[in-house]
Amino acid sequence: MSASTKPKLKVATTSLAGCFGCHMSFLDIDERLFELVEHIEFDRSPLTDIKHVGPCDIGLIEGGLCNAENVHVLREFRRQCKVLIAVGACAINGGLPAQRNPIPLPMILEEVYHTSPGLHNGLIPNDPELPLPLNQVHPIHEVVKVDYFMPGCPPSGDTIWKVLTDLLAGKEPVLPHELLHYD
Amino acid sequence: MHSAYIDPILERYGHNPTKLMQILREMQEHFGYIHSDAIDHLVARLGILRTQVESVAGFYEFFYLHPPGRYRILFSDNITDRMLGNMDLLEQMCRQLWIEHGKVSEDGLVSVDTTSCTGMCDQGPALLVNGRTVTRLTMDRVEVICELVRNEIPLEQWPAEFFQVEENIRRKDVLLGSEFQPGAALRAAFALGPQALIDEVKTANLRGRGGAGFTTGLKWEGCRNAPGQAHYVVCNADEGEPGTFKDRVLLASYADRVFEGMTLCGYAIGAQLGMLYLRGEYRYLLEPLQAVLENRRRANLLGGNILGQAGFDFDIEIHLGAGAYICGEESALIESLEGKRGTPRNRPPFPVTHGYLNQPTVVNNVETFAAGTLIAERGGAWYAGLGTGKSAGTKLLSVSGDCTQPGIYEYPFGVTVAQVLEDCGAVNSQAVQVSGPSGVCVSAAEFERRIAFEDIPTAGAFMVFDHSRDMFEVARNFVQFFAHESCGFCTPCRVGTSLLRNLMDKLHNGHGSPYDFEEIKRLNVLLQSMSHCGLGHSACNPVLDTIAKFGPAYEKRLQHRDFTPAFDLDWALAPARRSTGRDDSAAHLHDEAIGEQP
Amino acid sequence: MSNTFTLDGKEIPFQDGQTVIQAALDAGVYIPHLCHHPDFPPHGSCKLCTVKINGRQTASCTMKAQAGMVVESNIDELNDERRALTQMLFVEGNHFCPSCEKSGNCQLQATAYQLHMLTPHFDHFYPNRPVDASHPDYLLDTNRCILCSLCVRASRDVDGKNVFALGGRGIKTHLLVNAKSHRLGDTDFSGEDKAANVCPVGVILKKRQGFAVPIGQRTFDIKPASEYVDSRMPTKEV
Ligand SMILES: Cc1cc2nc3c(=O)[nH]c(=O)nc-3n(C[C@H](O)[C@H](O)[C@H](O)COP(=O)(O)O)c2cc1C
Ligand code: SF4
Ligand code: SF4
Ligand code: SF4
Ligand code: FES
Repeated sequence: MSASTKPKLKVATTSLAGCFGCHMSFLDIDERLFELVEHIEFDRSPLTDIKHVGPCDIGLIEGGLCNAENVHVLREFRRQCKVLIAVGACAINGGLPAQRNPIPLPMILEEVYHTSPGLHNGLIPNDPELPLPLNQVHPIHEVVKVDYFMPGCPPSGDTIWKVLTDLLAGKEPVLPHELLHYD
Repeated sequence: MHSAYIDPILERYGHNPTKLMQILREMQEHFGYIHSDAIDHLVARLGILRTQVESVAGFYEFFYLHPPGRYRILFSDNITDRMLGNMDLLEQMCRQLWIEHGKVSEDGLVSVDTTSCTGMCDQGPALLVNGRTVTRLTMDRVEVICELVRNEIPLEQWPAEFFQVEENIRRKDVLLGSEFQPGAALRAAFALGPQALIDEVKTANLRGRGGAGFTTGLKWEGCRNAPGQAHYVVCNADEGEPGTFKDRVLLASYADRVFEGMTLCGYAIGAQLGMLYLRGEYRYLLEPLQAVLENRRRANLLGGNILGQAGFDFDIEIHLGAGAYICGEESALIESLEGKRGTPRNRPPFPVTHGYLNQPTVVNNVETFAAGTLIAERGGAWYAGLGTGKSAGTKLLSVSGDCTQPGIYEYPFGVTVAQVLEDCGAVNSQAVQVSGPSGVCVSAAEFERRIAFEDIPTAGAFMVFDHSRDMFEVARNFVQFFAHESCGFCTPCRVGTSLLRNLMDKLHNGHGSPYDFEEIKRLNVLLQSMSHCGLGHSACNPVLDTIAKFGPAYEKRLQHRDFTPAFDLDWALAPARRSTGRDDSAAHLHDEAIGEQP
Repeated sequence: MSNTFTLDGKEIPFQDGQTVIQAALDAGVYIPHLCHHPDFPPHGSCKLCTVKINGRQTASCTMKAQAGMVVESNIDELNDERRALTQMLFVEGNHFCPSCEKSGNCQLQATAYQLHMLTPHFDHFYPNRPVDASHPDYLLDTNRCILCSLCVRASRDVDGKNVFALGGRGIKTHLLVNAKSHRLGDTDFSGEDKAANVCPVGVILKKRQGFAVPIGQRTFDIKPASEYVDSRMPTKEV
């Protein structure tokens, strides 16, 4: 990529029901980050601590939707970002958190807060500050329109680099076989 | 404990594993369901596998591996039943019996659920209770049924009129209107000889009445010429296409013609055994049909040296299906006859060369065989003169829906849709679904089109919708039907029909957007091009047709400009609200227009 | 006499009785497939192998090769539909590759890579399916079953045991185990069986073997499915 005088693209990132692994992987693009920040600037992201996302060119979503807050954040991203990208297995198919899906939520809450050792006779937390869980975990494309998908658990730094640089160059991102992995 | 009722059944079926379907049905009629210990007994006595029994029993809707309630009530759920209010009746019944739709009551007394069209569209809404058909349901009738169930009154003591099935024959032509002397067609055939009989059927240009319209004479000839240890005749009385009920009437009132047609075919192809595959929904016809067969045996119209024709031995067995539309597809039907799951075979080879037990087999529709008797009696040339150029003879239509005179209409091929509508007392008609969900949806602008292979081919269903009907809901009912009846063998149909059903439900629930509309269209293409058999190929027909002809019915369902989830997000929080007892504003998620930036 | 047909313009020889996919794989040309296996009679259920023959779509694993056929396979139109079928298989079951022991060696996954599937696309069914750990050496995780019936065919035709079958109907079709308890541990299934080594996905898994091969060295890390054509073919028997 050649440095240009074009205005920088605004990029926002967030982790919903994810483990921050995809964000760690983002940092794995290592020194190429410096090259990247020539072309982009970060809006809301764990890297900036901005709390609300403003109008952006690209939104990167890690993690699926586990609770009401995830939904609010995702909707805000969809509203503000021209291009929304699902990053990683959890955003794409719910991932590990979605493995609770075949079990009814009340049974899970019961098991966690009443039955399991250590929390015997505990109460299911009902603080309005806490986001309420959805009955099932959903990948983000089941709730908003998603433009691109970056599979992997996590997608490698190279994968993230490839997709972002393709987009910056105005190309449809294409992942070669060695970068296409679901694990 | 199970051997006491199973052993006599096995005895009657000669311990023959290909009779598994019939054995299971009789076991269940005795015990109420197929008990796991009973399977042990079958395994031991028939030398078959447990998985064989379980996989067969699990395939057919009317077999139960778990106690289904001493009264098993299944509401017919064709669109015509819906138009007559079957869902209100079902809910009423569930309320009165204190049960949940689809669940067995805690005391094991009763279960209430839906099933695909039971072939009573001209006298619906209908239901099946323990396999017996109840017609013309009303709120009053439902109330009485609840009472009878609560008091555990045996079905034999229920009012006989509940089980009354009307013929409703409204128009007769050569088939329904001609006198028939059992044996007359056979005598004529014997005078001709087998090959000349086939030639007459070819001259008659008789084409199959089950939908595909293959030339019957060629099928018989192909089978006759196919080498094999034995040849078989199969009569397809599965009549599963929603809205079709003409085979029921033929079997109830014209059974001699049907059986004689099968016997003719047996003579033509050199078969000794014919099998009638009767859909499980018509269980009540079993005894009457067996009585007809018995009469025919006594009259030497079946059995050895039929009517003195030395060396022509032929008999007919009846096999009951157990609730699977796919068994109307001829190769699935043959699998089912062999006591297996009704999965369509890979074709070629076709049944004509490799059918029942891999032997040459003719499979024809009930009406095709009945028409064969007319040809034997009065000649192929006469028959060919009826109807139109490419569609010889007459066709029975099963007319139902928005009309004053639903029932059976026999017309020479070539009749216009408009003519049928006029005859059946349909006014203000918006559309007609010809040949059932897998057929075509004909809009008012096309009512001058003709029922004939050249124009609109049909297996017989003719469902009328007036302007008060929502054609989207009609298509949705049909999609639900296909999703329910997909045999599950191939990926595109197994998953695709369910995805399609979910998308139609999404539109119905007000979550639709143009995105979903595109998805629906894409799935339809996939079903059509990738599926293994006719069910998957035609599962997209109702949707493609109604999209093309009743586009606004869809457009008004696309309430969102942008993609919206298929489920209600606030509803998805409800279980957590219940578990936490919260109801604050943060405990809710409201629909919001999620505007995309340009 | 040598018989040939063309596949995407390439001349493919075949022997009488061979199916289109057999001939193609023998000639080193990949056609995506999941329920086809060279050692077993064709089944024809997954439909991944669908090709266009003289303009008509048909499964290449059940279609006998005929001289002069014009077959198209590696074209966008077919690959788009195959990708959609693959996506259907993903959403129908529960496929969480990162926690699946088959990952990297899984034919469904490899086929999805081959077809460039980036997302399951459809809404997930998240079915509730059982995991059976009753057998001392093998695990049965039916969440990932794609109903290809390879285990059914292997156990019946090779092992002579009939341990597996398919039950149910439609979207509820599922794997059955031949035991009153429905537990694999109560059958005569063993690790020596052909059926123990034929599942293309992560259903029938050997216990205590998980993740033995490091990422990067697994079957389809090394090369994509399309490059395994030759080595996967059996020696030809005529
Ligand atoms: C999904 C499906 C369902 C079918 N159902 C029936 C049926 O209920 N009755 C019938 O006669 N034919 C049915 N058919 C057509 C049969 O496969 C077969 O073509 C027919 O029985 C041949 O008889 P005919 O030549 O007399 O029409 C069905 C076909 C398909 C693909
Ligand atoms: S198309 Fe449907 S009914 Fe036909 S084989 Fe496939 S799954 Fe079964
Ligand atoms: S079976 Fe294959 S596709 Fe499914 S989870 Fe395992 S690795 Fe992934
Ligand atoms: S268990 Fe494996 S081999 Fe058997 S049907 Fe399922 S996916 Fe196929
Ligand atoms: S490989 Fe041909 S249908 Fe599965």
